[in-house]
Amino acid sequence: MKARHPALLLLAAILLPQFAYAARISELTETGLAERAVRFFTLQDPSLRFALVGSILLGISCGLMGAFLVVRKLALMSDALSHAVLPGVALGFLWNMTKDPVAIFIGATVAGLLGAGLVQAIRNTTRQKEDAALGFVLASFFAVGVCLVTMIQNLPGGNKSGLDKFMFGQAAALGPGDVMLLGGVTILAVVIVLAFYKEFLVTSFDAAFAISVGIPARVFHYVLMVLLAFAIVSSLQAVGVVLVSAMLVIPAAAAYLLTDRLGMMLVLSAIFGVTTGAVGAFFSYVGRNLPTGPLMVLAATAVFLAALLLGPRHGVLSRWWRHRSRSARIGRENMLKVMYHVLEEEGFRGETVPLRDLAEARREAIEDVQVEMRSLRSHGLVTISGDGQAAVFTPDGWKRACEIVRNHRLWELYLTHAANYALDHVHEDADKIEHILGEDTVRLLEKRLNYAHRDPHGKLIPGLADIHSGGPARIHPAT
Amino acid sequence: MTLPLSDVPLEVHDMSVAYHQKPVLYGIDLAVPAGNLIGIVGPNGAGKSTFIKAIMGLLPLSSGWVKVFGKPYAENCRRVGYVPQRESVDWDFPVNVMDVVLMGRYGRLRLGQRPSRQDHDVARECLEKVHMLPYAKRQIGNLSGGQQQRVFLARALAQESDLYLMDEPFVGVDAATESAIITLLRELKTRGKTVLVVHHDLSSARDYFDMLMLLNMRLVAFGPTPEVFTSEMLQTTYGGRLTILSEVVETLGGGTK
Repeated sequence: MKARHPALLLLAAILLPQFAYAARISELTETGLAERAVRFFTLQDPSLRFALVGSILLGISCGLMGAFLVVRKLALMSDALSHAVLPGVALGFLWNMTKDPVAIFIGATVAGLLGAGLVQAIRNTTRQKEDAALGFVLASFFAVGVCLVTMIQNLPGGNKSGLDKFMFGQAAALGPGDVMLLGGVTILAVVIVLAFYKEFLVTSFDAAFAISVGIPARVFHYVLMVLLAFAIVSSLQAVGVVLVSAMLVIPAAAAYLLTDRLGMMLVLSAIFGVTTGAVGAFFSYVGRNLPTGPLMVLAATAVFLAALLLGPRHGVLSRWWRHRSRSARIGRENMLKVMYHVLEEEGFRGETVPLRDLAEARREAIEDVQVEMRSLRSHGLVTISGDGQAAVFTPDGWKRACEIVRNHRLWELYLTHAANYALDHVHEDADKIEHILGEDTVRLLEKRLNYAHRDPHGKLIPGLADIHSGGPARIHPAT
Repeated sequence: MTLPLSDVPLEVHDMSVAYHQKPVLYGIDLAVPAGNLIGIVGPNGAGKSTFIKAIMGLLPLSSGWVKVFGKPYAENCRRVGYVPQRESVDWDFPVNVMDVVLMGRYGRLRLGQRPSRQDHDVARECLEKVHMLPYAKRQIGNLSGGQQQRVFLARALAQESDLYLMDEPFVGVDAATESAIITLLRELKTRGKTVLVVHHDLSSARDYFDMLMLLNMRLVAFGPTPEVFTSEMLQTTYGGRLTILSEVVETLGGGTK
């Protein structure tokens, strides 16, 4: 979002000097890393307990809300909302000049909903589209917020206000009040999503249909927006205004990579939220002077990258692996086909195929053929004779070879007869199709071609009897 | 009307609809008799989809009223099944075919109530009717256009309604799906259901529907296909005369109704 950069620069210029001090998670600065890790896992500091519980709770509420944002294509909305709440945070503080969680919660929620309403109003009454409206509201509210926060910082005693921690988040600054608030918001979100899962599902997928069956889609949209505002506002202290939208979007986006069901996506998104919340709190505690928000977002990004790489269906690695194993299979099947051709040339008089003939037919070095033959042997498709110079089909290999040749010739016949391809155009196409024709399609083709015995070049098409004969010696003579 | 009012599947009186103060539909008067297969035909921008959406309250009426089986739509929405245009939803949405068809049951469930075993059984039967049962567990994005349309149709069947409103169900589907859909529509008709179908292909409209509704911003004609499908009527619907009306509407802007 372009509109954010000037605001960010301004923010950095104002806040960074104080930031190095303010972002410290704990006052214990003299202990070592390992000792701090031990302290983390034994939960000795009460402030740490609040930080951890708070981070886990915000992971759940942000994960759930984020999943709906992602599937409803409202990810930018969370960015606008989270930036729009900043003036509300400042006004909540000004209410009685303390960091009262309830006052700040109310102020921030009101500002956030005002911002969301303004986006809606701009979109509905002017020709501006939603993205421009979002950018405008986000930047202007945030600018007001930064000015207000800076003014408070400059008030006498204002530099101890802790408001600067709302920018990038400080889980260690969570108090019992904050955690109670987070707990309330999370329970509310979980209960409402569980109770109205069906309604949220249908209004997210097909709002018009939902309305047509009498489900008030608009009401559920607003319920979701209010819950979203609650989730954002209650998470501000721990994650910060600038990055809270990432905690909404990234765990949900990672979950979206791993599943095709909304229910599972909600569960995964909440789990990822909890994990990244806890990991962020841990590193913030162990690594001194590090703000929690960026650490949580980095942890979430790591989860997203892992899902992107390792996801079973849409993952980069599994796609690469599927592609690789398919090319390997095609390579093996092509070799089987050449073996079949060599035997066919001889009229199926012998069973052994000299590797020299294969190398000649494929115009390859004999060493390459040997390498590929070893791969075929390891897949149980051929055996290699004693001196390593000839190969013999196993029944499995013979079956597959017959199928490939049958597929190739059937497809050629189909293209020339049914699709009116010229005879010299069909070979390349058949070379690709032969590897992917399923048995059902083969049955259809055979029927369509009246169970023809010969391909367009006059060669015999292997039939079921040949395929199951176990080996070339028992094939009927080519007549 | 000789029939009691509650037996008229759809009655529309003086319906007008405007988008951003610009009228799209003008004073539509219509009473649809039960047990018919009705095609809504007209040129692009004639307001065919608008008409269907306005019946269901998806768009506000600027004047007039709609009654479904003698009552306002909201009170009888359970008796109406809807097939939206296929492009109206995101097919990458994380749901599978079964999830979508189950949505057809939602109108019969209370707020917060989950679909029961019977609802699942009905959904499965409806999937079977459109020959999509083997795909029940597929994510909806991994389907062809025709299969997606059949999923939408199965969802509407699962609504077990008496009046069906379908928005361009024949767009972008293969020939096999098209004939499967028309078979299904005729079966619905023989079971006494009333089906309104927005249709853009004039050449097939005559074969598919017993009644036609010719629409171009206003209702040009409504009646049995042989009576309505005449060159004169079609000329009026598609021909130049109505461009004058639409030009006047343009200049009127918000001034009407």
